Amino acid sequence: MAQAIAFYFVAACILGFAVLVISTKDTVHSVLFLVLDFLFVAALYVLMNAEFLAVIQVLVYAGGIVVLYLFVVMLVNLKRPPEAHQDPHRLSRTGPFLAAAVLLELGAIAVMGGEAGAPPAAAAAASPFCAAMTGNTEQVGCLLYTSYLIPFEIASMLLLVAMVGAIVLAKREL
Amino acid sequence: MIDQFLIPVLKIAIVLNATLVAVSYMVLLERKVIAWAQSRLGPMRVGPYGVLQPIADALKLMIKEDITPVRADRWVFTAAPIISMVPALIIYAVIPFGPKVHFFGREVSFYITDINVGLLYVVSVASVGVYGIILAGYASNSKYPLLSSLRASAQLISYEVAVTLTLVSVVLLTGYVDAGGNPVTGTLSMVGIVNSQYDQKIWFVFYQPVAFVLVLIGGLAETNRAPFDLPEAEQELTGGFHTEYSGMRFALFFLAEYANIIVVSSVVTTLFLGGWLPPFPNTPALHVLYYIPSWVWFFVKSFLFLYLFVWIRATLPRYRYDQLMRLGWKFLIPLAIVNLLATGLVKVLVQ
Repeated sequence: MAQAIAFYFVAACILGFAVLVISTKDTVHSVLFLVLDFLFVAALYVLMNAEFLAVIQVLVYAGGIVVLYLFVVMLVNLKRPPEAHQDPHRLSRTGPFLAAAVLLELGAIAVMGGEAGAPPAAAAAASPFCAAMTGNTEQVGCLLYTSYLIPFEIASMLLLVAMVGAIVLAKREL
Repeated sequence: MIDQFLIPVLKIAIVLNATLVAVSYMVLLERKVIAWAQSRLGPMRVGPYGVLQPIADALKLMIKEDITPVRADRWVFTAAPIISMVPALIIYAVIPFGPKVHFFGREVSFYITDINVGLLYVVSVASVGVYGIILAGYASNSKYPLLSSLRASAQLISYEVAVTLTLVSVVLLTGYVDAGGNPVTGTLSMVGIVNSQYDQKIWFVFYQPVAFVLVLIGGLAETNRAPFDLPEAEQELTGGFHTEYSGMRFALFFLAEYANIIVVSSVVTTLFLGGWLPPFPNTPALHVLYYIPSWVWFFVKSFLFLYLFVWIRATLPRYRYDQLMRLGWKFLIPLAIVNLLATGLVKVLVQ
């Protein structure tokens, strides 16, 4: 019961702040609402007993990436709205279609994805060794370095390539 | 009922109030120690040897006029001091001041909570604290605070990388093979890290002296303390990111800075100096040291760091901005990575 109340409260906050992110005129305020949104998403993870994911969400998104966003938004002076924002209705025809597509996809996942609790069970079947571990962090770590080692390494390679690419783009001559 | 609600609420109230008192007396400590370093007396008027000075300061700041600049971003301007204070306070939720004890027939722990991801929680909450500084500079709508807040946040982000990388090498130590040959899983829990030092009978500072120094330097930089207090360089930036703030809002920034210093001291104590443990824990010959209560050990060790921080401020001149960035990116981060690799290598070789 308490869990359900907490979930609906957090979910309502996530949606409310998400609406504020796109409806606020001031760009800095918009970024701040995004931070609040991320914090509530972290709260959602806590409700699902995924505390490792929650902390990483705060550390990486709220504390890392959005700080850089904020830098950019603060430094390019947005007191005057950029040209693209002059006409707020310019995307009002494509918007509903995109929203409908996302809704359809989420609905399909909700209907066909099976019951909640399927992913942990699948993970446990993949590696009974990890399922025996206590604690969220230990299980995540164990799975990342056993069953999902190759995807994990590829993802980190991808990030490295992205970083090198960004440096090359920013500094033409080194 | 009592275990579930009353005791946690009491613990939170005690820790919160103790922290706030400690923070205000940290200000007095700093003024006194710096005064002694400069052959002065420091605050002497309020109470004997000035011991009531923090209370007088708080009263003064509370009754001062609170000004919001006309062109300031009103909401963000109000929120910024709160955003910098709250993370500094909620970190105390995971800091262990002592182990579990039996108290009137009840098991009471000397920490508010022991979560599985304690150390990561500390790092992530600290990273949210940056917003207070950035937003203060932005919302003031004034040149110097903006420059100062950009400096401060660039500094925080850079040193955060080095500190977090270094903390990983400490976490690596918590996983080991015990005397019976059974592997023990590593842990991120603050209580778990202290218990691991108990089980391994050694403070981690002896295994990780490099990491210890790195975290201390990084901690100084992350709290914007001398010699890394560039955001407050008076000659260049008037008063720093809180130039436009007055009254209690200014006091909140001030208190947040000191609360962060206490956080750094407590975290370093927990990770490297065995938290509540006496030196060479779990050694039968030194069992007499356990007659000193656990929290006394913790506070003595944390106090040493607080004193060290003030001492450093009284001693060292300020870095230049490019020197600061060079130190962070070209020295501390590579050193942290090398230290991490070396720790992993040694661990594999030992096993």
